Amino acid sequence: MKLIQAVIKPFKLDEVKEALVDMGIYGMTVSEVKGFGRQKGHKETYRGTEYTIEFVPKTRLDVAVPDDKVQAVVDAIVRAAKTGTIGDGKVFVMDLQETVRVRTGETGSNAL
Amino acid sequence: MRKIVMYSLGVFWIGFLCLAQPLFAQNAVPDAAEAGTVAVTESLSSTAEIALPVVAQGEEAAPWAPDTGDTTWILVCSALVLAMTAPGLAMFYGGMARKKNALNTIFMSFIILCLISVQWVLWGYSLAFGPDVGKMVGNLDWMFLNNVAAAGPSPYAGTIPDYAFMVFQLVFAVITVALISGAVAERMKLSAFLLFAVLWATFIYDPLAHWVWGGGWIGDLGALDFAGGTVVHISSAAAALAGAIMVGKRRGFLKDYMAPHNLPLTVIGASLLWFGWFGFNAGSALSAGTQAATAFVVTNTAAAMGGLSWAFAEWMYRGKPTALGAASGAVAGLVAITPAAGFVGPMSALVIGLGAGVLCYMAVFMKAKLGYDDALDVVAVHGVGGTWGAIATGLFANPVFSGGAAGLFFGNPGQLWKQVVAVAATWAFVFVGSLIILKIVDLIVGLRVTEEEEQRGLDLGQHNETAYS
Repeated sequence: MKLIQAVIKPFKLDEVKEALVDMGIYGMTVSEVKGFGRQKGHKETYRGTEYTIEFVPKTRLDVAVPDDKVQAVVDAIVRAAKTGTIGDGKVFVMDLQETVRVRTGETGSNAL
Repeated sequence: MRKIVMYSLGVFWIGFLCLAQPLFAQNAVPDAAEAGTVAVTESLSSTAEIALPVVAQGEEAAPWAPDTGDTTWILVCSALVLAMTAPGLAMFYGGMARKKNALNTIFMSFIILCLISVQWVLWGYSLAFGPDVGKMVGNLDWMFLNNVAAAGPSPYAGTIPDYAFMVFQLVFAVITVALISGAVAERMKLSAFLLFAVLWATFIYDPLAHWVWGGGWIGDLGALDFAGGTVVHISSAAAALAGAIMVGKRRGFLKDYMAPHNLPLTVIGASLLWFGWFGFNAGSALSAGTQAATAFVVTNTAAAMGGLSWAFAEWMYRGKPTALGAASGAVAGLVAITPAAGFVGPMSALVIGLGAGVLCYMAVFMKAKLGYDDALDVVAVHGVGGTWGAIATGLFANPVFSGGAAGLFFGNPGQLWKQVVAVAATWAFVFVGSLIILKIVDLIVGLRVTEEEEQRGLDLGQHNETAYS
């Protein structure tokens, strides 16, 4: 099992979610986050004062998947989240040691 | 111990008000007649002469009757000007504060409305508009609204009741004090601000209003101030500058992110200010006639032009126009047209609004350069806008609209000098006076909240509540 963590542009969330649901992924966790990579922040101006906002709002998507689906899911996220401009985000893949479904106590891939 | 003192003060105050009722003669007809025989000044005695027949010789002369059109207009305008303070100014300022200080910022406008309303009927009106003492201040003959004729005309506007004029002036005093709160927002202790407000209204605003409108020396000089460019805007800005300096900078000024927490609230507030300003300017005609209509039109014209010019100045200088900029520009235009409203034509109002938007936009950069933290830009908008408006009145006053007074461009260069004197005197008197009052308040209660409280926010610190739970 792997945990796939994608940081994407917020307005791309729906497309990514639909792409994953279409390929049979039925669970995910989404959170609003802030951060920056190569994309610089933005400027805000209030009367005479200008602020540079370094941390850009992003959406983080966490999906746990069985090993055989990892590549397909990563490809789907990248395809759906891509705009081709700077700031499209990143996808991280990490090993997942264990999963437990709280209701039934099932473990491993069965719990996904 | 402190509680006991507070309670006994409260009981004393209520007791005083109850026991002193018979002394407050404003409702008692015989007393009003008595006041007539005292005849403190010419203006007062003329009131009494008109009022007297009503009570003493009712059968012989027809009682004075107000002009209902004028009276309606002034009462409606009083309500409009009240709406400028709350909700107008409260929302305008509240939206610009940070989230943790939003409620405290709104509260300051609201409580000033309460506080100065009381101060005005107790002694403020008398000091400002009561019988003149040496062209500097009114005396205390009208304290508690004694000798203010409930059934007679105002000595300042013969077609409306004395009470209508009094309450119209009340809401001006209220907004002037409330405006100052913007400069000291987000760190000044509420108790200090309230104490300052009472002292400032009594020793600065009331005499100043007297100088200009109550028969004092600036009015005698012939300086023009239709609706309060010097009395309201320059004075609140001079006090704001003193406040910003004395209270000191907010923690993290020019370093931390201090963006307005709710700009939609600010834009609604600015729009309500604009709406209420028709009462402020057109009402200052003190009658429902042609001058009110002129003032109404130039008020709207200058506000519109101010909003446009600030937004376009930003567009050219920073690349994008902002909602806060357009709202601020409209307010700047309104400030600038205030002293000129009954005296200039609409094409002059365009120039006044244009100048206000650009000048006030340039002025908001001052505080960072000079290092004083005028939190919500009271000095830049009201000080610079008010000064520009007062000067512009000396340039653009047009006999066609003013019914007499003329400025430089209409053949009367001397007017400009009178305007400059009025502006300089107002800045100097109010700035120095405010510094002294702030020093006294600092010695009594201290001006600032603690550093920890400032960090947590004044909503919790001063009120034990939050704007958004």
